Amino acid sequence: MSEHGSDPTVAPRSGDDPRLLLPPDEPVHLLDPDGTEHPDADHPLDLRDEQLRELYRLMVVTRKVDREAINLQRQGQLGVYASCMGQEAAQVGSAYALEDDDWIFPSYRELGAALVREVDAAGLLHLYRGTWLSDHDPYAHNFGLMSIPIGTQALHATGFGMGARFDDNPIVAMTYFGDGGTSEGDPHEAMTFAGVQKAPVIFFVQNNQYAISVPLDKQTAAPTLAHKAIGYGMPGYRVDGNDVLATYAVTKRAVERARAGEGPAFIEALTYRMEAHTTSDDPTRYRTKDELDEAAKTDPIARMKNLLLARGLYDDDLEREIDEQAQSVATYVRDGIYDADHGDPMELFEHVYVDPSGHFDEQAAQLRAELDGSEGGA
Amino acid sequence: MAVTLAQAINQALKDAMEANDRVLMFGEDVGKLGGVFRVTDGLQDRFGEQRCFDTPLAESGIVGTAIGLAMYGYRPIAEMQFDGFTYPAFEQIVSHLAKMPNRSRGTVKLPVTIRIPYGGGIGAVEHHSESPESYWAHTAGLKVMTPGTPEDGYAMMRAAIDSDDPVIFLEPKRRYWMKSDAQLPVETEPTHRSVVRREGTDVSLFCYGPMVRTAMEAADAAADEGWSLEVVDLRSLAPLDTQGIVASVERTGRAIVVHEAASTLGMGAEIAARIQERAFYHLEAPVLRATGFDTPYPPAKLEEYWLPNVDRILDLVERSLAY
Repeated sequence: MSEHGSDPTVAPRSGDDPRLLLPPDEPVHLLDPDGTEHPDADHPLDLRDEQLRELYRLMVVTRKVDREAINLQRQGQLGVYASCMGQEAAQVGSAYALEDDDWIFPSYRELGAALVREVDAAGLLHLYRGTWLSDHDPYAHNFGLMSIPIGTQALHATGFGMGARFDDNPIVAMTYFGDGGTSEGDPHEAMTFAGVQKAPVIFFVQNNQYAISVPLDKQTAAPTLAHKAIGYGMPGYRVDGNDVLATYAVTKRAVERARAGEGPAFIEALTYRMEAHTTSDDPTRYRTKDELDEAAKTDPIARMKNLLLARGLYDDDLEREIDEQAQSVATYVRDGIYDADHGDPMELFEHVYVDPSGHFDEQAAQLRAELDGSEGGA
Repeated sequence: MAVTLAQAINQALKDAMEANDRVLMFGEDVGKLGGVFRVTDGLQDRFGEQRCFDTPLAESGIVGTAIGLAMYGYRPIAEMQFDGFTYPAFEQIVSHLAKMPNRSRGTVKLPVTIRIPYGGGIGAVEHHSESPESYWAHTAGLKVMTPGTPEDGYAMMRAAIDSDDPVIFLEPKRRYWMKSDAQLPVETEPTHRSVVRREGTDVSLFCYGPMVRTAMEAADAAADEGWSLEVVDLRSLAPLDTQGIVASVERTGRAIVVHEAASTLGMGAEIAARIQERAFYHLEAPVLRATGFDTPYPPAKLEEYWLPNVDRILDLVERSLAY
């Protein structure tokens, strides 16, 4: 019994020092742009040479497909596209830290994470082409549907993680959202629920500095985004988001902790959106070329290449092999998207309900008749 | 032994949780307290804190986590404490719960039931007496059910939980204490079918949820005037039983829609449209609507002037018969 007795207005303190939940002063950083390594005892690297090359390869392929998607939009093949250029290390490193059984709940900018999961990139881009809203089976890749309403997918990750916890199923759900997303209500509720339920969920925030045109200082007065985590009773980590080794290591640590039943974690990855918000955006209205040039110096792919060179893991053969592979995926995506047909319009009615009894019979018949009429050349 | 609507729903929840251990019940105050209307009474004791649990006070969080739990493989039942507090969850319901199965081309199923006590008549403070059914019925991808009897409270709740489609289950809170001699478990008609609660020949009253009893009382009173009213309990608002509605109009030639929700773009608008599309030549009079007014729900002391009642219905019956 404390000196306050049983006074219910005096909240009991849990055992651990809550300050342990606060982010470190500096983001975790394991790799300089020139390839110099900074080993960190708290974030030991368990990656074999092959895996280092794999991380590099995944980032190169991501950038290539990303560029292809922008080209496809410019050619009128996609309605719009949200590029992840500059954020490859944040996405690839974090997704790579998961096991196959773990789940990812993405926003709409997670091409890199999708490619780690071997989701068919052409299928994903149908959303942007407007041929169909999604063309991948989430259960085939443990990769949720791309979610456009900002931050809303965080709650799905929390619910999923709660389910896993109820079943003693040692999987982890990771959700991605951005700096803008941290202002929305749903991530807040998702983190509140996950904290209370000790759900195995990783809230991975790519702080790419802008929510369309609005910079971080207009988004929040928090010291850092990672400081928000303490309010949900979870640790807030900060990591150099353009350092694929660091994003991998920090995520791995959070994932292992969650898998061990220690609850959710928040990761703020500091990165930079090198492209426009989407192909419909004009970033020259809100940021300068100098700023962009400065950001380009921290490029995640060049940095990883420097590491591979420094370690003697990079040669012309590897370069050729990776370039060929990137080209082949990009070609595959182009072939899958270019002039892709929208399929049978009657499918509009097919998936709305498992049991459509009583719904839109007459409307389906109407569309059928309209289609038959136009096919008949009336 | 008499059973109330609240008890019937409670029994349905209990039996469904007994029958399938993937069924979860959660929301605000549904655990120890048993819900503010006691509809979840005893569930936590019986099934433990993992299957019936209190959530943080956040409605979007309740629905959003229900979606995640359903994706994982559970069959969640989420309680919204009151109609007026469903609005924070609007985005999760409309943008995800209703759309995700379609967006995924059928690979994701969301067997989620959202229970919402709705409607007025209990003298409640602001935001506790709303009738938001049009929002849900307007949203493709949702099924919307509302029982008007304890029997349906049981049977439709079981059907909602068994449904592989998301269901908005609207519970007429002023009728929670309505009694019946129903022996539970009970089976009733398929949920997407309307039911004729009272046969009549002069005018059809189309009603649902809290207004079923009011319509029955109006039919009793009308009989004293020598008018024979048919009372049709719609039960399901999405889908809407067009066939049942048209069949009744074909019998009576006159139709009045009764609901608490405001008139403009209420269910009555849709029902009137369907009737004139499909039974135009059977109509002896325009379709009329006995509804709440196009004002915000009133303060408790004024709700008797706002809510449709027997008199408002009978006035319209008289108008209809005058054609």
